[in-house]
Amino acid sequence: MRVFERPKMLKDKVFHYCPGCTHGIVHRLVAEIIEEMEIRERTVGVCPVGCAVLAYDYLDIDMQEASHGRAPAVATGIKRVLPDRVVFTYQGDGDLAAIGMTETVHTAARGEPLTVIFINNAIYGMTNGQMAPTTLLGQRTQTTPYGRNAAKEGYPIKVCEMLATLDGPSYIARVSVGSYKSILNARKVLREAFRRQIEENAYALVEVLSTCPTNWSMKPRDAMDWIENEMQETFPVGIFKE
Amino acid sequence: MKKKQVLMKGNEAMAEGAIMAGCRYFFGYPITPQNEVPAHMAVSMPRAGGVFIQAESELAAINMVYGAAGAGARVMTSSSSPGISLKQEGISYLVGAELPCVIANIMRGGPGLGGIQPSQSDYYQAVKGGGHGDYRLIVLAPNSVQEMADLTMLAFDLADIYRNPVMILGDGNLGQMMEPVSFCKFRKRKLPPKDWATTGTAGRSRNIVKSLYLIPEQLEAHNRKLYRKFQTMKRCEVRFEEDIPEGCELLLTAFGTTARICRDVVDKLRQRGHKAGLFRPITLFPFPEERIKEVSSWVKAVMTVEMNMGQMVDDVRLAVEGRCPVHFYGRTGGVVPSVEEIVHEAGKILRGIKK
Repeated sequence: MRVFERPKMLKDKVFHYCPGCTHGIVHRLVAEIIEEMEIRERTVGVCPVGCAVLAYDYLDIDMQEASHGRAPAVATGIKRVLPDRVVFTYQGDGDLAAIGMTETVHTAARGEPLTVIFINNAIYGMTNGQMAPTTLLGQRTQTTPYGRNAAKEGYPIKVCEMLATLDGPSYIARVSVGSYKSILNARKVLREAFRRQIEENAYALVEVLSTCPTNWSMKPRDAMDWIENEMQETFPVGIFKE
Repeated sequence: MKKKQVLMKGNEAMAEGAIMAGCRYFFGYPITPQNEVPAHMAVSMPRAGGVFIQAESELAAINMVYGAAGAGARVMTSSSSPGISLKQEGISYLVGAELPCVIANIMRGGPGLGGIQPSQSDYYQAVKGGGHGDYRLIVLAPNSVQEMADLTMLAFDLADIYRNPVMILGDGNLGQMMEPVSFCKFRKRKLPPKDWATTGTAGRSRNIVKSLYLIPEQLEAHNRKLYRKFQTMKRCEVRFEEDIPEGCELLLTAFGTTARICRDVVDKLRQRGHKAGLFRPITLFPFPEERIKEVSSWVKAVMTVEMNMGQMVDDVRLAVEGRCPVHFYGRTGGVVPSVEEIVHEAGKILRGIKK
């Protein structure tokens, strides 16, 4: 009989994340996959500045904290020293697609054997909800109080579509955690992203459409629906390179 | 038996010294006048079983250094002034997370894009912080191609001992000039194991490499711990070279390239019957303030010579504490002062003393 329980590598600690935030779900998925693949003792995680900078409080593995945007560079350093370890980064949209876009693109272009987990919640969470590079057109944030206007703030950046044009990456996918069905799919895709690194020594990135009910000013339930409906119009779920 | 000598550029000697010291990871970005370092690493690192990456930026390079250092490796990056400015955030994080590494700054003129000729105008940046937060680097100032190799080898041990970045502060002149250099076999000291490195949790509890402390008291405690390390450096790592005659009338203080020039200046002044001396700090942090303080009680005057508008002279003045006059002579923007012009300036000071 299987009993539903907390993965052992997820520490028995209450998340600091806001109610309804899906970081908790993604943390759990990562923990489940690492346990399932039996790689906990040879995995090193990198968490840069952002809401998930404290991921090391929850994931019971070796971790390095990185400065804002530089997780792929830090992970490159680790992986080159320890090529037989499993190295992943866990980055937000501001981190990965704004301040760290250079590292994102070049690490992908080098095809560094890393697993990049990209949490896209279309907003800067930790700093109280400013416009992110992935903020939707019309979306209100602290710094786009009248809604994101393409004429003034430009368009949301589609990271997966962009990176899929490169020869370096092996696997580029976008998933959602806005519904039970989506979460099951996300788990499958994330597992594949780890497998690519372990078995094929290849670069993989998974973009996870995620919620930020606090800064979206939404109820958790509505936030989930917003990912499934609104966000996926701009950011379609799918495998962009495989 | 005479040691085998090879003719090398300073930048190459530094790169070779790093490999001999066991550095197997180098991450860098092109910038003049240090391009011989990555060029040498690109050839030699793979042969030594190491890794060379030309990073996409200085930011990426210093953060690759962070990752590799955190994974327990001997790792290095090098750059020149504008590139070192870009690395400052990373350097602050490296100190905060207590990660050992070696960073070389082959200085050129600034500010801004400045020029590509030699300069010493990053002294403040190197010894007073550079990045944010309350921190120090050990800063080593070579003055020959031989020292570019020797001090780089020393730097890796110091970095590991203190779990702190060490900076080699050279300049375009030292990096580009060729001199004979001999490499002695590197004897690695017995150092504590890097049991803090993130290598996977097999057989132990997990390791975290970080510099974030959200509780002020914890961050203060962390700062105090770092401060104690810096104090230990001040006690144990001061290095300098001096040639000070009895009854010294004028003591020249200079580091790196200008110290070499001042060596000739002192010889010229002595030929003319003046009692001139030379004091060359080899560690710029920790600064040899105690020794300068001692000699300033009996030398008649001090003259600091730098390739900037006067930076190290501040530290000299703090050490002298008004016991004797401290003069400054500098050229900047990539101009290297000549022996003659320094002798001329020294002459003015000496005439003032003898009046």
